[in-house]
Amino acid sequence: MEPMMVSPSKQVLTVRSATVRFAGDSGDGMQLAGMRFTDTSAMVGNDIATLPDFPAEIRAPAGTVAGVSGFQVNFASQEIFTPGDQVDALIAMNPAAFKANISDVRGGGIVVVNEDEFDKTNLRKAGYAEGYNPLDDEKYLQKYKLYKVPITRLTSEELASSGMGAKDIGRCKNMYALGVVYYLYDRPLDVTVRYLEDYFGKKKNMPQVAEANVKALKAGYDFGDTAEIFPIRYQVDKAPIEAGMYRRITGNEALAMGLVAAGKLSGKQLIYCTYPITPASDILHYLAAMRHFGVKTFQAEDEIAAVCSAIAVSYAGQLGVTGTSGPGLALKAEAMGLAVITELPLIVIDVQRGGPSTGLPTKTEQSDLLQAMFGRNGDCPVIIFAPKSPADCFDMALEAVRTAFECMTPVMILSDGYIANGAEPWRIPNPDALPKIPVRHADESDRVDGVFRPYKRDANLSRPWAKPGTPNLQHRVGGLEKMNVTGSVCYDGQNHQLMTNIRREKVARLAKRLPKLSVEGESTGDLLVLGWGGTYGAITTAVARARAAGKKVAAAHLRYLNPFPANLKEVLASYKRVLIPELNTGQLRLLIRGKFLVDARGLNKIQGQPFLVEEIEEAIDLMLEGKYGDAEFMQPNQHHVDPNAQAIEQYLGESA
Amino acid sequence: MATQEDVALTVLTAKDFASDQDVRWCPGCGDYAILNQVKKVLAKIGARKEKTVFVAGIGCSSRFPYYVDTYGMHSIHGRAPAFATGVKIANPELDVWLVTGDGDGLSIGGNHLIHALRRNVNINIMLFNNRIYGLTKGQYSPTSEEGKKTKSSPMGSIDMPISPISLAIAAEASFVARAIDVDKNLGDVLERAASHRGTSFVEIYQDCNVFNHFAFQYATDKDTKEDALVRLEHGKPLIFGKDRNKGIRLTMDGKPEIVEIGKGIKEDDLLFHDENDERHAFLLSRLMRPDFPEPMGVFYAQPDECYEDLLEDQVKAAISARGEGDLKKLLYSGDTWEVKNPHEGEQSAALHE
Repeated sequence: MEPMMVSPSKQVLTVRSATVRFAGDSGDGMQLAGMRFTDTSAMVGNDIATLPDFPAEIRAPAGTVAGVSGFQVNFASQEIFTPGDQVDALIAMNPAAFKANISDVRGGGIVVVNEDEFDKTNLRKAGYAEGYNPLDDEKYLQKYKLYKVPITRLTSEELASSGMGAKDIGRCKNMYALGVVYYLYDRPLDVTVRYLEDYFGKKKNMPQVAEANVKALKAGYDFGDTAEIFPIRYQVDKAPIEAGMYRRITGNEALAMGLVAAGKLSGKQLIYCTYPITPASDILHYLAAMRHFGVKTFQAEDEIAAVCSAIAVSYAGQLGVTGTSGPGLALKAEAMGLAVITELPLIVIDVQRGGPSTGLPTKTEQSDLLQAMFGRNGDCPVIIFAPKSPADCFDMALEAVRTAFECMTPVMILSDGYIANGAEPWRIPNPDALPKIPVRHADESDRVDGVFRPYKRDANLSRPWAKPGTPNLQHRVGGLEKMNVTGSVCYDGQNHQLMTNIRREKVARLAKRLPKLSVEGESTGDLLVLGWGGTYGAITTAVARARAAGKKVAAAHLRYLNPFPANLKEVLASYKRVLIPELNTGQLRLLIRGKFLVDARGLNKIQGQPFLVEEIEEAIDLMLEGKYGDAEFMQPNQHHVDPNAQAIEQYLGESA
Repeated sequence: MATQEDVALTVLTAKDFASDQDVRWCPGCGDYAILNQVKKVLAKIGARKEKTVFVAGIGCSSRFPYYVDTYGMHSIHGRAPAFATGVKIANPELDVWLVTGDGDGLSIGGNHLIHALRRNVNINIMLFNNRIYGLTKGQYSPTSEEGKKTKSSPMGSIDMPISPISLAIAAEASFVARAIDVDKNLGDVLERAASHRGTSFVEIYQDCNVFNHFAFQYATDKDTKEDALVRLEHGKPLIFGKDRNKGIRLTMDGKPEIVEIGKGIKEDDLLFHDENDERHAFLLSRLMRPDFPEPMGVFYAQPDECYEDLLEDQVKAAISARGEGDLKKLLYSGDTWEVKNPHEGEQSAALHE
């Protein structure tokens, strides 16, 4: 948050961007407050990026650090790609929220606390020592602009005459806090007022609740205005955004909408077969509400049934889609092999989360790449696409469906928790301008000498898609190897080699039809930072900053992971060094090294959190200065990049 | 070239349902008898090749789809019910037959079988029960009797066998029947299964003459079978025996017992079969050898709404309530805003703060 201009009369400081984090107990409504702030910021014309962060437990014990729920939003008068590194303003609704988040606030940053909650009990629940209150600690008072606001008391006083019970009144605290922040950042209230009236008033038929929330919101704002505790207000101007109609969108919403659109554009019924799993479940929730689009959702008994039924949907001639997260993908592996050998279109969505096993269910990671690439028996290639941002999910869904139909083989979409739950503004496309998705089903003309040939191929090496119900095309598919062209069961070795090659080549040839990899920056230079998936924002921002500082760095981002873009080899060869930041231990790095014999180095973060821009900036500097030494990878540790990361040695040393 | 109408007019025979693939079951396998009966039934009920889909899992029985000239999917182990469900959801017009075995359907696929049954998807499930793992060469299966000695249970199986019929009834099945591969009742039962709306579950005793030969000899040998089986007919008393002189009745405390007809016991005293009564069907499913003869025929048949129809109904109801989905409306749903004037000239410093 750097000042651009101070207007002394109004005491308003204009800044280019700000990062605000709302943090409280998981029952405090912090996600709601954060979303409302995001929408308001988007509507006043800022660019936005968000990072919701919530516990894996539905409701961890109130007041504990485990139960802290956070929502971070970065809003700016310029194009932004990340939810921000350090927090400019933290709203902490209790001591646990303070404890869990304070280290992310930049020095000099604003901290608004609900001081009513900093009592003995809550301090103890948050794990603070007896008799200690961080609000009295000089360490914090000197480092931050700490504002103690009795949010609980002021909210209940404001709503004393509302006729509501203490518990319901307590629920309005988040709106009071939001009001305070609206004052601080000079935001209008009307967008939120409208939302509250619509949501609680019209939708839930609770006009009293709507009214109370609006009242709390306004009271918070007025408190900021009249209490004169804030010497400065901040202002973030409109961002230079391409003209058009916009909405805020999360990755899961965008995927769901993209699939619905793909169904319409291909004339196919979208049938989403799935088993609930975080962070993919919201895709099911969105699609389940879209029966009027002809969308069918099938909540199967398990992940295996989900993928099997989706394959059968495609076999029967409709659009079969299954979605899951890492552990679920592991269960789907065998059936995906069947989809590959039967050469049927199938969309598999994997919203990655921290692993292995149940891992970190609500936290983001990129560690399913190798599972996606190789996690099946036999030589079993699937096409893999990875959206780079929430809005990109819409386009990727359309492209995945188009490709699955064209290639008659499964296409996997690798999203992640960060993309799935994060939001950004999305320029809404004109649905009438979206190109149709062609579909061709086999018919009588696919019969050769009066016999249907289910494994006869077109120029893309794809076999015909014959729908059951079509006369004279009866045929059998299945997991046993088939003879090319005829489709009869065939154990012949030469045929198996041919079929294996065809299945591989079918995917490889797609590269010729996909867009080439483009580079942001000079086409040659000292360093290429190569990324994939949700790290796009952090990489792009870090590389832009490095380039602005005169460094010869370029960024390239892979949206297609199998096959790789046709020119990837050429791009890699154009730079002296290659850095691959990933939220895993180096899965893309392994593939790039293996396939292209390039000495790529990694920046690997496995903390359930996205990269900070500064972490990538630091790694770029280390790479340019050659300070990474022999290390194949670097790793960020407490906001510092260590080129010789020896975390385990360090741990062993400490515990000895 | 035949048009769709011509095809529809053609009368198909059992032979027409044979595919061009060589059937590769062991000589003497009970599967041959079942395949022949199924082809006859398909012809008899007027099935159309192009509208019929056979779905199977893995195992000897599951090679079935290759041998019928219809659409077919030989899928993966135990998951055929999920595939069959997917096919019906995508196209409720298709006639779907599912072929599975005791290992495929009750062991690895037990979960999926239960859920297909309780959802009442309109499919016909044939479970070939030979009480052994055939394709993997002779290990005990979920229906093998306790103490069964096999390569994987040299000291005898210590697993309690499962009753497929009891399981199906407990899983809310709407049609449950049992038949024998070489018995004439198989065709009749399959015909009824085909006409049932909802999941029909037919357990078929099938002889694996390589690894478990004679497992059902008691039920097929003409000297023993009439004493070992009781044939179920709706509304008729449970009478069995070579001389048709034995029957099953309920004791005062509701337990089944075998009685001899005559000597003070009339037919009216016996238990009458009511295939619409679930509790009665469950009781019959517990009649097991050696204490009781095993019931053959339709245990339970109660039409109910099918999953795929209910799903279609929801789509129709949603469309009539909300109008057909409009993509534009969807994309523009939620709060939207318009950006009119891009602020050019402010971009130079955009990325570098």
